[in-house]
Amino acid sequence: MQDLLRRYGPGLTIIMCLLVVFWLVMLVIVPNITLFEQSFRPYLPVTEVGGPKDTYGIGNYMKVFDGNVTSSILWIEFEIPVRVRTFLLTVWYSIVVAVLCLMLAYPLAYYMAKIVNPRSLPTLILLLFIPLWVSEVLRAFAWWIILAFKGPLNALLLTVGLIDDPIRWTNMGFTGVVIGLIYTYVLFMLFPIYNAIQSLDTNQIEAAEDLGAPWWKIHWRIVIPHAKPGIASGSVMVFMLSAGSLLVPSILGSTTSQWFTQTINETFNDALDWNTASAYAFILLFMCTLFVTLAMWLFRVKLSDIAK
Amino acid sequence: MSAGIDLENVCCDFGTFRAVDNANVSIKPGEFFSFLGPSGCGKTTILRMVSGFIEPTQGMIRIGAKDMKGQRPNQRPTALIFQNLALFPLMPIWENIAFGLEVRGVDKATRRKKAEELLALVDLPGAADKMVSQLSGGQKQRVAIARALAVEPSVMLLDEPLSALDLKLRQHMRAELRAIQKRTGVTFIYITHDQGEALAMSDRVGVMSQGRIQQIADPREIYNNPVNGFVASFVGENNIFTGDVQQATGGMASFATPHGTFRARLGDLAGRAGKLYVRPEHTLLTATAGVENAIPVTVGDVSFEGNFITAHATSDSGAALTSELRNDGSATVPERGARMFMSFDAARAAILPDANVRA
Repeated sequence: MQDLLRRYGPGLTIIMCLLVVFWLVMLVIVPNITLFEQSFRPYLPVTEVGGPKDTYGIGNYMKVFDGNVTSSILWIEFEIPVRVRTFLLTVWYSIVVAVLCLMLAYPLAYYMAKIVNPRSLPTLILLLFIPLWVSEVLRAFAWWIILAFKGPLNALLLTVGLIDDPIRWTNMGFTGVVIGLIYTYVLFMLFPIYNAIQSLDTNQIEAAEDLGAPWWKIHWRIVIPHAKPGIASGSVMVFMLSAGSLLVPSILGSTTSQWFTQTINETFNDALDWNTASAYAFILLFMCTLFVTLAMWLFRVKLSDIAK
Repeated sequence: MSAGIDLENVCCDFGTFRAVDNANVSIKPGEFFSFLGPSGCGKTTILRMVSGFIEPTQGMIRIGAKDMKGQRPNQRPTALIFQNLALFPLMPIWENIAFGLEVRGVDKATRRKKAEELLALVDLPGAADKMVSQLSGGQKQRVAIARALAVEPSVMLLDEPLSALDLKLRQHMRAELRAIQKRTGVTFIYITHDQGEALAMSDRVGVMSQGRIQQIADPREIYNNPVNGFVASFVGENNIFTGDVQQATGGMASFATPHGTFRARLGDLAGRAGKLYVRPEHTLLTATAGVENAIPVTVGDVSFEGNFITAHATSDSGAALTSELRNDGSATVPERGARMFMSFDAARAAILPDANVRA
């Protein structure tokens, strides 16, 4: 603060501080508090808002348990509230996305940090970044075209002979959504891991090899433990972004792939029930945060590790 | 089990740069062998070729008579101690030491026991459960040695492991390393740019410059009979005179310099030009000229260092010379500005060629 004042003078400092305060208060705190407050009030006709029926309660939150459907895991059939099912599937497929991103990003991050010639690294990073400059909507539609029933991916696989009949990628449960989310968020996994591995002393890898370790042992005992904060940070990021994504599930989803954000969106925009929608939104936020905290505790990752 | 190492015509190129040029050396089992040279002379490259991180461009490396071509570092009977030690900071000390055993599938109880034994060997008992960051420099050093010994290597390779330690600890660790080597009987290859370290610890020393091995000999031979000017001036101090060989008879020659003509031993010049090298401790400063090899000088700075006296002097032609006089209790300290004669024994001076480098 002192530094800021000395460097830019009082005028600019006050403007910058006010902008930060405006950002925090007006764009983050106030909207969230408003929604949070609304989420505890029932959805009423305009004339009754503020009337005797407008009391606080957790009714909106309980609505996620309304309306059962039959579901099955491994041939075991059971009844489950439809929105809870949507929520659990969202969490499950977000985990799938995070795990697949990790499996894709780790080898590439290791390659970038330790193997590739440092001179060609900027080119490589640029090539990875260029797709990010394209709008997310366009990228999702690009995948929609790629994954189309008569699209290039099926054509390629048919030509190579890997499949005999075209696959309905985007009309087959969550496949399209998972592919789209991986493509959209894989870099959020790649760069934290890359940074972590890059800070590993190459001599340690060589020392492990010199002591007789095979390549997988070197990764398991030396590289992965060192990269753990990066892996954790990337996984949290990809998981949270995936669970909160609306665009990709909307474009690449199928009739059988309801994402919880779509449920929230429908309640906001189609049912115009902002009270229930905000309750759902906060359920998503709190449950995901809880899940991430639990996972971090399970893998013994500290918050300070991730913030690095 | 220790093994010998043979390097036959080993070359290593990095692009157009030849880091190691035609190295031939045969290291005996159980020997403490040092490569000594300035940074960039190719000594670390030799070490990395022996450990398997770099493949030689040409030539053959054998460990225990077995050709090492195509063998990865994890397949070779060598253990390398890195300059920065490269201990694993996320593992406790005993897991560091037992890592090589863990890789070989030894069970946990045996690993732990072996680690404790090795910690006792390197004089660091009770450190098993500490973390690397809790140890001092010298202690880390010992852990690195223990970790390398744990895999029972035939050959230990040490890449300037003492360079990060302070002087006192360095001297202590020198003796320690030597003792560990004698106790275990493992062949040690030691890389250093510190001549004191190389001379004090090694059975034999290979002096290197610009990718070439200049001389391989025991420390005394290296110091007393250097084969060329590089070895002479890299290991110890010298007064150097340029000039021409006049007459050569029976290993001795007269050498004409701007300061006069001197007699000295004639080294193997192999048709090349030579210089005359005289160590400061082989010179005398006297008031009157002796029989031979005397240069009139003016005494400059004199420093009395207890067991010896270092006198800097200037010849009449302006060359800076140094004389190191042993203080036997009666020696008179030369005075600054005095006119004296610096003389040396012909048998203690040598005419040597320049370093053996690529044309």
